[in-house]
Amino acid sequence: MSYLRIVWRGLLFLTKRNSTSSWFVLLVLFQPLIFATIAFYMFKSGGQEGTLLYAALGAGMMGIWSATLFGSGGLIQWWRWEGTLELAVGAPPPFFFVLLPAALSNSIIGAYSLAATLAWGRLAYGIPLQFEHPFAFALALAATVLSLGLMGLLLASSFVLYRHANALMNLLEYPVWVVTGLIFPIALLPAWAQPISWPLAPRWGIESIRDAAFGGPGMWWEVGLTLFLGLVYAAGAFLFLRLFERLARARATLALT
Amino acid sequence: MTNLRIFFVGGLISYRALFNWLNPWIFVPTLVVGPIFQVLFFAYLGRAAGVESDRFYVIGNALQLAALPGLFAMTFTITGERYSQTLGPLLASPANRAVLFLGRALPVSANAAAVCVIAFVGGAVLLHVTLPAASLPALAVVIAATAVSCTGFGFLGGAIGLRIRDAIVLINLLDAALLIFCGVNIPLESLPDWMRAVGEALPVTHGLAAAREIADGATLGDVSHLLLAELAVGAAYAAVGYALLRYLEQAARRNASLETA
Repeated sequence: MSYLRIVWRGLLFLTKRNSTSSWFVLLVLFQPLIFATIAFYMFKSGGQEGTLLYAALGAGMMGIWSATLFGSGGLIQWWRWEGTLELAVGAPPPFFFVLLPAALSNSIIGAYSLAATLAWGRLAYGIPLQFEHPFAFALALAATVLSLGLMGLLLASSFVLYRHANALMNLLEYPVWVVTGLIFPIALLPAWAQPISWPLAPRWGIESIRDAAFGGPGMWWEVGLTLFLGLVYAAGAFLFLRLFERLARARATLALT
Repeated sequence: MTNLRIFFVGGLISYRALFNWLNPWIFVPTLVVGPIFQVLFFAYLGRAAGVESDRFYVIGNALQLAALPGLFAMTFTITGERYSQTLGPLLASPANRAVLFLGRALPVSANAAAVCVIAFVGGAVLLHVTLPAASLPALAVVIAATAVSCTGFGFLGGAIGLRIRDAIVLINLLDAALLIFCGVNIPLESLPDWMRAVGEALPVTHGLAAAREIADGATLGDVSHLLLAELAVGAAYAAVGYALLRYLEQAARRNASLETA
């Protein structure tokens, strides 16, 4: 029960704090709008006006991934800079439960991106926001946000030991957008590149969201896969954190930047 | 002699100290892999949208990527000093400010040109885009001019960094805005007039137009007016950014807000 309380209270506190952070809000609101605008113009230039909702969903998911990547990837580094990493690691509960709410709050804030791109599409481009299965859409979105939060936790856990986390964050933004087909069909990629996305939750998350929005057949299976991957990430993060925390303590590298 | 030392040695030391980009763990993900994937991302988006060719996106994004080091490194010139707690001593020194900041811009310009070339070559190889061999020397000149212009634009980032602590977020948005307004991924003809007008006043737009014409067979002489326009835009931003830097430096001294901005 106390662990649940840590996660819940941490989630509330950090979501509120991140919501008041100007840089985080700029990142999750305006950057996706820029990419959504580019995609809208490109799809309109290509005479594919019917795909604008597809572009809005994709640009929103790109924003969720960016928020997860930079929020969770940068978490350990910021705690290092702020001098609070040792305190967080030294607190009585397992570090996993200290980090979990922070990672989840990042992906929850990231969901603002999707709201922003859908609103932008509706207001600026008149895209009709008609979803085939609104309830399933909400469920798919919740599953995706949860799973991406857990993926962020896995990323953050590996950064306990990795001092150049910022560079790895820069490395992963565009590549994940590409290989998971967030804004274009994954079938466009070469055949050899498509399996790279299988273990990545954003791929199944966006497919479940699209299927819920447009009425595709595989939605429930994709939601299940998204959640399953989330559990795998959580288990991996739990193991990594135990291992890396012990190594960082033994090598006295926890606070080194 | 002191000014020459500040310009060359100071610029080089600042580049190595602040950006860490000579460390392969930073350089390769940020300035090699990331840029190439940006080219791939927009090329595949273009294929999905059925707009333009892969060559359009390779040239467009490679040129725009000059802004990555240009904008970010010049911003780090200020924010990095603040993180290192050396901003105060730096601005307390009697060093000539123009020499100080121009010296920092020189390696950044070279870095910007290198990123362009990396994105160009990486994107072209992966997407099987070919360009006439005869166009390459002229393209190199265009890349150099765009890199200089983007570094000039970066002076504005440095000034913003003096006033705003989270300047890097704004710089991210400025960088992304170049993707919309400069004809990088959207043909300029498809944009409304006001967006085209904004693009005319931004770096990359004219350099990119020159690069596309050269790839289509134009000579350097044919695009000289575009190159001059690109350099003029960069010089204007550098002048405004420098003036702003000096003004905000004085304001920060008056308000004792150098470290707390």
